[in-house]
Amino acid sequence: MLGFSRTQSVALAVLVLVVIAAPFLLYPIVVMQVMCYAIFAMGTNLLMGSVGLLSLGQAAYFGLGGYVAGYLVQSVGLTPELGIIAGGAAGALLGTGFGWLAIRRQDIYFAMVTLALAQIVYFAAVQATGFTGGENGIQGIARGDLFGHLPLKSDHAMYVVVAVIFLAGVVFVHRIVNSPFGQVVKAVRDNEPRMISLGYRTDAYKGMIFVLAALFAGVAGATKAMVMGIVTLSDVGATTSGLVVLMVLLGGIGTIFGPIVGAAIVVAMQYYLAPFGAWVIVIQGAIFMVCVLVFRRGIIGEVAFRLRTPL
Amino acid sequence: MSTIILETSGLSKAFSGFTAVDRVDLRIETGTIHALIGPNGAGKTTCFNLLTKFLQPSAGRILFQGEDITRLKPADVARRGMVRSFQISAVFGQLSTLENVRIALQRDRGGSFDFWRSSDSLTRYDDRARALLTDVGLETFADTPAAELSYGRKRALEIATTLALDPPLLLLDEPTAGMAEPDVARIVTLIRRLRTGRTILMVEHNLSVVSGLSDRITVLTRGRVLAEGPYETVSKDPAVITAYLGTDHA
Repeated sequence: MLGFSRTQSVALAVLVLVVIAAPFLLYPIVVMQVMCYAIFAMGTNLLMGSVGLLSLGQAAYFGLGGYVAGYLVQSVGLTPELGIIAGGAAGALLGTGFGWLAIRRQDIYFAMVTLALAQIVYFAAVQATGFTGGENGIQGIARGDLFGHLPLKSDHAMYVVVAVIFLAGVVFVHRIVNSPFGQVVKAVRDNEPRMISLGYRTDAYKGMIFVLAALFAGVAGATKAMVMGIVTLSDVGATTSGLVVLMVLLGGIGTIFGPIVGAAIVVAMQYYLAPFGAWVIVIQGAIFMVCVLVFRRGIIGEVAFRLRTPL
Repeated sequence: MSTIILETSGLSKAFSGFTAVDRVDLRIETGTIHALIGPNGAGKTTCFNLLTKFLQPSAGRILFQGEDITRLKPADVARRGMVRSFQISAVFGQLSTLENVRIALQRDRGGSFDFWRSSDSLTRYDDRARALLTDVGLETFADTPAAELSYGRKRALEIATTLALDPPLLLLDEPTAGMAEPDVARIVTLIRRLRTGRTILMVEHNLSVVSGLSDRITVLTRGRVLAEGPYETVSKDPAVITAYLGTDHA
């Protein structure tokens, strides 16, 4: 189905069922948050998994997407779907510029450049109080009416919108990875000098993946802004960039479903471990260390390895 | 009347004070197999990297098919038809053997940024890819991940991938390095078949391979051209014997 392998189709069916059942069993806001972070993590995984680039600045696109959507919906009065589209576009646009700069460097230097560029965005967000609300963030964003007609005030209505965006994101990521473009990108990760020697301008492919990852981040940030009704500096900060990398590694780098599981675990930890206060970060760190030591492929990565099939 | 496909004049590369390649003038005739030999550290691989623009020359000019390519990017050099192999076998380990060859075939399909299209659209290259695999004796390994192939087969796959681009000039960097004797024989046969319609420049250590295959030889030592000519002439050159083959060969 849609080019998914049999095992992947089963996993997708399970995922759809979980998405349908979840709001009846869990607090819908938390599940929506999971889905937003999952979109974010799937995009980040495109960079980390398919071309092997570690970005430490993905929050820049996530936060910008949130700010743009929040601002346009609250201050300009756009409908929520336009806000999300604009948020995604803003993320992709920023990703085009930053990607063009960052892909000129490799490995740790690439990671450092992405981090530095993201910090610029962070401090710009601190200063640009007219747009971002500075320390206060953009608060109390009313979700408005989808297409100007369907009110999203109720969490269940909003849930349907987020679920559709999320599932579309899963299908889209799978398609990117399994497209002719995805094949080229995979080969670039395997052996970049060889791809150059075959006449491929590899930087352009890496740049394209960077833009796609930023697009996902922008859409995710914008959708989360609509769900929560608030965008703050933490959305654009380095901790969020680190968190999304953690999600990808925990779930399984280079897998379709891993980032989703990773996002669910990290968000659940933040939510259910909230009573521990600042200890959440310590616990997350410990879990991350156990993950790296015990199952390096991540949860879904490990399952896929055992089943000898891509997931 | 022969034509020159690749020509360098005064090609030099200095690494912070050390001159790895020193004013090398090469003329490679169309349709020949030209070997570049020399002791370790003579600058052969650096020369290859300069020609294919993986390194930027410090000085000198490179003309390929009469056009100056000194300032081009490596991918653009490859697009003009000068394609290199690597000393360490360069395959795409995560891709299947068939997909490895297809990667080269699909390059010129245009719009290779189509991330929205299914990779099923690549199956139209499968027949040509299979034909190329048959050429190098890998037809039964089409679905094997390239990482799982033996060393000799990886080299064969690399050649099949290169051939998929049908380049007029092929640069082979030690095609038989690290190979057992039967594999060497297979690669030599393959190279002999490859030469129809194209020019080959190769770096090679195995002198029996060089003597059996090449029409002309350039000997490099310390980044400079020491001698050039057919194997018989070069191998009798006293300067070459002392510098490269060692005094006990005299």
